[in-house]
Amino acid sequence: MKTQNKSLFQKELVLEALKQSFVKLNPKILFRNPIMFTVEIGTAVMFFVCLWILSGEQSQGSFAYNFVIFLVLLFTLLFANFAEAIAEARGKAQADSLRKTREETPAKKIFPIGDIYMDEITVVPSSSLVKGDVFICEAGDIIPTDGEIIEGIATIDESAITGESAPVIREAGGDKSSVTGGTKVLSDKIKVQVTTEPGESFLDKMIALVEGASRQKTPNEIALTILLAGFTLVFVIVCITLKPFADFANAPITIAAFISLFVCLIPTTIGGLLSAIGIAGMDRALRANVITKSGKAVETAGDIDVLLLDKTGTITIGNRKATHFYAVEGVDEKRFIEAAVLSSLADQTPEGKSIIELAGVDPGFQVKNSVFIKFTAETRSSGVDMDNRRIRKGASDAIKNIVEKSGNHFPQMLADQVAKISGKGGTPLVVCENEQALGVIELQDIIKPGISERFERLRKMGVKTVMVTGDNPLTAKFIAEKAGVDDFIAEAKPEDKMNYIKDEQMKGKLVAMMGDGTNDAPALAQADVGVAMNSGTQAAKEAGNMVDLDNDPTKLIEIVEIGKQLLMTRGTLTTFSIANDVAKYFAIIPALFITAIPALQGLNIMHLHSPESAILSAVIFNAVVIPFLIPLALKGVAYKPIGASALLRRNLLIYGLGGVIVPFIGIKLIDIVVSLFI
Amino acid sequence: MNTEILGIVAMFIITLLLSIPFGRYIAKVYHGDKTLLDPIFNPIEKLFYRFSGIDHLKEMNWKQHLKTMLIINVVWFLLGMLILMCQGWLPLNPDNNPNMSPDLAFNSTISFVVNCNLQHYSGESGVSYLSQLFLMFLQFVSAGIGLAAAAVLFNALRERATDKLGNFYNYFIKSCTRILLPVALIVAAVLVFNGTPMTFDGKQDMTTLQGDSVQVSTGPVAAFVAIKHVGTNGGGFFGANSAHPFENPNYLTNMVEMIAQMIIPFAMIFALGFYLKRRKLSYMIFGVMTIGFLLLTVPTVMAEMNANPAIHQMGIDTSAGASEGKEVRIGAPASGYWSIATTVISTGSVNSMHDSAMPLSGMMQLLAMMVNCFYGGCGVGILNFYIFIILAVFISGLMVGRTPEFLGKKIEAREMKIAMIVALLHTLLILSGTALSTAFSEYGASTLNNPGFHGFSEILYEFTSSAANNGSGFEGLGDNNPWWNITTGFVLLLSRFLPIIGPLAIAGILAGKKHVPESAGTLKTDTSTFGLMVFAVIFIIAALSFFPALALGPIAEYFSLA
Repeated sequence: MKTQNKSLFQKELVLEALKQSFVKLNPKILFRNPIMFTVEIGTAVMFFVCLWILSGEQSQGSFAYNFVIFLVLLFTLLFANFAEAIAEARGKAQADSLRKTREETPAKKIFPIGDIYMDEITVVPSSSLVKGDVFICEAGDIIPTDGEIIEGIATIDESAITGESAPVIREAGGDKSSVTGGTKVLSDKIKVQVTTEPGESFLDKMIALVEGASRQKTPNEIALTILLAGFTLVFVIVCITLKPFADFANAPITIAAFISLFVCLIPTTIGGLLSAIGIAGMDRALRANVITKSGKAVETAGDIDVLLLDKTGTITIGNRKATHFYAVEGVDEKRFIEAAVLSSLADQTPEGKSIIELAGVDPGFQVKNSVFIKFTAETRSSGVDMDNRRIRKGASDAIKNIVEKSGNHFPQMLADQVAKISGKGGTPLVVCENEQALGVIELQDIIKPGISERFERLRKMGVKTVMVTGDNPLTAKFIAEKAGVDDFIAEAKPEDKMNYIKDEQMKGKLVAMMGDGTNDAPALAQADVGVAMNSGTQAAKEAGNMVDLDNDPTKLIEIVEIGKQLLMTRGTLTTFSIANDVAKYFAIIPALFITAIPALQGLNIMHLHSPESAILSAVIFNAVVIPFLIPLALKGVAYKPIGASALLRRNLLIYGLGGVIVPFIGIKLIDIVVSLFI
Repeated sequence: MNTEILGIVAMFIITLLLSIPFGRYIAKVYHGDKTLLDPIFNPIEKLFYRFSGIDHLKEMNWKQHLKTMLIINVVWFLLGMLILMCQGWLPLNPDNNPNMSPDLAFNSTISFVVNCNLQHYSGESGVSYLSQLFLMFLQFVSAGIGLAAAAVLFNALRERATDKLGNFYNYFIKSCTRILLPVALIVAAVLVFNGTPMTFDGKQDMTTLQGDSVQVSTGPVAAFVAIKHVGTNGGGFFGANSAHPFENPNYLTNMVEMIAQMIIPFAMIFALGFYLKRRKLSYMIFGVMTIGFLLLTVPTVMAEMNANPAIHQMGIDTSAGASEGKEVRIGAPASGYWSIATTVISTGSVNSMHDSAMPLSGMMQLLAMMVNCFYGGCGVGILNFYIFIILAVFISGLMVGRTPEFLGKKIEAREMKIAMIVALLHTLLILSGTALSTAFSEYGASTLNNPGFHGFSEILYEFTSSAANNGSGFEGLGDNNPWWNITTGFVLLLSRFLPIIGPLAIAGILAGKKHVPESAGTLKTDTSTFGLMVFAVIFIIAALSFFPALALGPIAEYFSLA
């Protein structure tokens, strides 16, 4: 995807969009957009007026003039359709490149006998795989569909999806067990269980969304459509009642003038661009390698008040590393290090690996008769049982608990050392053997460069950042201050996250979070915007409403900006569109009445050439402003975190005042050109 | 000339200075705090509540509020129809005025119930004293209804999620007894001391300086005129309204009446700030309204002072300004000021003939009513303005990239729908009413005194005045016939109650929503930037949609004259 041309208008896309512009003239399709639909009715009326004139009617002005008005209206429609079509085409192109990866691939399906899967392979097409099926992938195979590894470990090339060329490791169990259809296995062999029904994977959903097939209007879009429909209705009333008014004043108005006035006054600019803006918003998310399950999620992202960020990988680089061993006084340092290594041999976490690395032991070293005790969020410790040795390693208070429960003393010196490490922002891991404390391992975090500037930016947007970490409060506080987050949850258990989110939501705030593990799933579901990492478990992906293909935890910040951009683009173009009315009134109203009431020449402040040229200029301006604004609609209005009031002032100046002034200049210029022909 | 301008400035500044403490007092009244008048009115109210069986402490949701409001109004309407149609047989009728025709009674009752007082009759010959007294009663209660509705809005805007929004009877009674009655008493006293009659005697025989014998109408005028202004009603005791020397004897009474009609609309804006403890919001609202008011007033006063160029060309001295249709004791500038004040707030009392005003002034008067929310009538002004705030919040919320919210409540499709319907309604009623009257000339156009642009303005004015619940007449049209009585009657009804129901429904729905605390990303609504946004929305929706109509009326007339 990354290889795609970023240019807004690629030739093949434009051609497709041009075709669609005509297809979308179908009233059944256009009916979804009430504003443009009224324009279509106006265009149809003008068509019949042209026929009427050809059959000899004299009162409606020249055929050429009416026909030009008809053409301009038709182009107004085509331009609006084109805006939507080009946005869709871009989305489609994006989706197609995704879809290419999921074309029919053979799947090596295996069948169970009883509970055990046999190794006998049946090759079936990927489309026949249903949820629960199991298939095998070996080096060089394309993974046929989304699934979860149930056995094995493999390096996988996910560049087809993420654009990232470095291969990633996926293995059974843990939080990195999920594989995506279309990616390629580079080494080893894995057994994968299918997790989605055919046609229901995330990509399928996303493709449907950007293609517009299942695109539903978001609540905000509905509210805006109501506002715009209201404006349209106001001008329906204005135009209809103008007929008896004009008759009363003995200033008859031609049908062409009526329709021109109406089309110019209703907010066609935003009406024509509205759906393009929405599609482009989702498209921007997709370009940021984020798959959204609905357009609403993108909008909500712009409203986020609280952002929950995992410390590891987001705020700090990668994982903590062991930097020091501190043995308890009276304990042989060698014995302590040995215990530390033994407890970490089977521990596949990066911390565990870094302990072995620090101790300088060969990671392939195996110990017989050992039972590895897994880390759980409840015990908050892991370890190993072998022969008569029970080695445990974990958070200080968890180990202290174990030690003191069996009546042993937790040395003061150790407690001091733990506090010291925490105070420096490090993480202490205490090791005990047979319920006797041996010493503490210091793990250190490295804060990502530039991250505090990003938090500052978020603060200016009004977003509160919360760091979530399993560290003790002291460590957490140190890192939180250093990184510049607003709050932190220390020693976080999964339900802590959940409770924090619920608390904030009770206060009326919108919360976003990112997660990958199965234990994140409830919180992801509870959060207003839950972004699951693509590498995360299927459960996490199901629970969230977005999936980040890059597995980049800082992506949330981008998502918030995309959401804000989407709303802002709608708001500014609405303002622009409505502000345009001032100039259009001053072009058309004098033109309507000047023949009958010459005194109204005083209103012709633009000194337009003639009534016909004034009306033509206004409708032409109204039409051409749409294609001029398509790039803005697709790219979105830039968001600047300068505070809401300053932002409003800025946008009001550019799009409000600009919206008043630009048409005055535009209509005058067009009038100068038009007057050459009339 | 300069003293006349000073007079206008003084009227404005005195109103402003009085309205701030008065606003604080109003906030206390609605908040249920102790106030000065409690010892007098508490026992009376208690007696009334016990007598009527009303539980004034029961909290109501917005639907119950609206139901109560509508029921109260139906009672007034039926009673009013009965009294006006039977006034000839009822007591207190020294001048033996006849019963009203059903269509006129329909129009008159409605116009008083809805705080408009369009008055297609003339007080001297059209109504008995009993009717006058009942109409005076309606002037109190209709203003009370508007104030009570605004009090519900105040309550709904507080920072919490609830559907309990106080008790309508409580707000209504308190509005009448604690706010309207004391001010009206003061104003009436000033009027009586300046020569306004207050009697139940019938017409009095007088001998003029020329020696002719005339019959002069009197009556309980002072009380009537006081509440007509305090309650922004505007219905005059006499046909000539506040141009009549008994209703408005001198420049001092003119000032007092001017202040009386503007003080409650001003004070309500400040009351909102005191009530919600958001004084900056009040300043924003007051600022927007005042800028709008000045934009209408300054050109009007200037046009009136510059006088009619056509008359000037005839060699007539016009240094006193445009004097046609004006009272000499009041003068052109003060009359011009009054004409805008009475149209921006929905009083509609007049002290000069609007039909005779300069074309530009006529347009400003029309615009004032078309906008209908710069200060606005008792309580309803702020309700109308609230609709524009909602629309402005929506657009500007989008412009800063946030789902729109006002005072911590998110604005969604449902609220937008209601706001848009209310905003549309005003345009619809004015333009369609005028369109019908111009299309069927046997009803509308044939009743006109003037042809052409001015005649068009007369029709437009009549419907604008009705839709704005203003009640002033441009006049110059024979409006006491079934066509005008019935069409404007319906316009009055719709344009009174829907703009109360709409904002209260929005406020009620929003009050029930979860309150979102402010953050750095929240758009502050008490800033001048947001004020500008509200102004732009008002200008584009309320003013611009009338541009074609204005172009054919006052604007065409203005350019023809120049």
